[in-house]
Amino acid sequence: MFAFVVSRIFQALPVLLAVALISFAMFAYVGDPVAIMLGQDYTQAQRDALVSDLGLDKPFWVQFATFIGNAVQGEFGLSYRLSRPVADLIAERAPATLELAFTAAVLALAVGVPMGVYTGLYRNSWLSRFFLTFSLVGVSLPTFLIGILLILVFAVWLGWLPSFGRGDTVKLGWWSTGFLTWSGVKALVLPAITLGLFQLTLIMRLVRAEMMEVLRTDYIKFARARGLPNRAVHFGHALKNTMVPVITIVGLQLGAIIAFAIVTETVFQWPGMGLLFIQSVGAADIPVMSAYLLLIALVFVTINLIVDLLYYAVDPRLRIGRGKGGH
Amino acid sequence: MDAAVKRFFDSDLWFSFTRSPVTVVSAIVAAVCILGAVFAPWIAPHNPFDLASLNLSDAFKPPAWSEDGAREYVLGTDDQGRDVLSAIMYGARVSLLVGLSATIFATLLGVTLGLLAGYVGGALDSLLMRICDIQLTFPSILVALLVDGVVRAALPREVHAEIALFVVIFAIGISEWPKFARTVRGSTLVERNKEYVQAAVRIMVSHVLPNVLGPVLVVATLNLGLAILSEATLSFLGVGVPPTQPSLGTLIRIGNDFLFSGEWWITIFPGVALIMMVLSVNLLGDWLRDALNPKLR
Repeated sequence: MFAFVVSRIFQALPVLLAVALISFAMFAYVGDPVAIMLGQDYTQAQRDALVSDLGLDKPFWVQFATFIGNAVQGEFGLSYRLSRPVADLIAERAPATLELAFTAAVLALAVGVPMGVYTGLYRNSWLSRFFLTFSLVGVSLPTFLIGILLILVFAVWLGWLPSFGRGDTVKLGWWSTGFLTWSGVKALVLPAITLGLFQLTLIMRLVRAEMMEVLRTDYIKFARARGLPNRAVHFGHALKNTMVPVITIVGLQLGAIIAFAIVTETVFQWPGMGLLFIQSVGAADIPVMSAYLLLIALVFVTINLIVDLLYYAVDPRLRIGRGKGGH
Repeated sequence: MDAAVKRFFDSDLWFSFTRSPVTVVSAIVAAVCILGAVFAPWIAPHNPFDLASLNLSDAFKPPAWSEDGAREYVLGTDDQGRDVLSAIMYGARVSLLVGLSATIFATLLGVTLGLLAGYVGGALDSLLMRICDIQLTFPSILVALLVDGVVRAALPREVHAEIALFVVIFAIGISEWPKFARTVRGSTLVERNKEYVQAAVRIMVSHVLPNVLGPVLVVATLNLGLAILSEATLSFLGVGVPPTQPSLGTLIRIGNDFLFSGEWWITIFPGVALIMMVLSVNLLGDWLRDALNPKLR
């Protein structure tokens, strides 16, 4: 187990280093940080002094090592646009994005899996057909249009839910949460649906396909022959064995949720990291962009690692001598 | 010529096409979208860029079938009195142009690198595939956003404004090449070990390439829809095509501001047009994938 974890971490490191290199190259070669920091008027001597202060005259690899050292400590310098430390900006907005992504993921799983099981078991019922048609809509609508449609119906026409912002938030230490106030929860509904809908339909289709596959196997027939109740067969035997592909896709989709949070946050003016990133792209604010890039890479790599570990927990074949089994 | 036409109508491809009503309908919808976009300057009822023809008293007209609608503006008008239908036709032109160019760019780049990786093998292969792996870890829209942001930062503002359209094409193309490279590399590896290739060295382009084109065509069709959506998303976020050449995404973003005052048609109709275009292209891609797949025949 331990060796498995260590080998996975060593596989993840090159990815992180490559992304760090890209983000450092953005820092170092795009735009001229010295000119930005000095403003309009400066002498060559001032410029040289600042260049050596910042260590820009050192060799590339030394600079890169310094960059990594700073990044590990969460130090990314000042935002060009807001003149505030990038780390502070991101820390302020992270709770909003994480709460949104978490709610969307929970929604997608809590609704998607039961819908998938149902449509897999009762393939020809009218409700299954309705779910499938609905899922086709979820897959083909772009995220921002789903958001706009939801706003039009529930905020403009019906006036039930707010269409922008987070509502009232409560501070728990440095974490600001919207879960604890009524307006915060209400503000979360539309963005979470917008963000989670695609994942929901994806999970539903996947669980449905896997269920249909598993229900045909011999051990399910055997379980039925043993006289086990339907409940035990469906949930204890069938659903459990559909979980490996579901975990893979859900893990990978968590990354997609964070990426599409950029779009959702723009539609709903949700004050999270995605909105910060898109404003930074518009203003060519390199420090924020490169910090965000590294952070996202870290999140992706961590998610992949967790997915691998979950395999280990879910699939017993991996535990007994890997490589010997059929997979 | 006649023989070629006859061969086409006798082919399996044409047969499977006529056997699938969904595919025929999507082909018709796609054709309407594409023709409407391509011939917009000649068939659009108004020219949305001709300032002289705009009349502010026509602003915010609802669609023709509602009470206050005017018959000459079928889908209503926007805040400046522009005809929404004409704006959609011109916008679809930009969307299609960017989507097609980005897909062609991604195809060329991906096919070249994939052929090289598969044919040369060794260190080059591992390097290219490693890059693919890393890039595929991230969703393509994120890569496109990032490339767009970096180019925006690297270029002076005036230069960027001039070539913004190409920047978007480049960004979307870069975000999609790994899929092509992987497909082509896979097929190349299969072809390379066949005897006809081993017999000669300078055979990559003349013999291997034609044999990997089928899968590439399928990936390209499925990617066209994705590229159009990526462009729409970038433009909706305000970092895509310049406002002087609005695409469907730009129209949706502009219309979004009027959602709350009740002028829903300004944003919803471009959205519907976008969905129709993307959905029909995707369904065609699905059909092409199944039709060209010998295992499913």
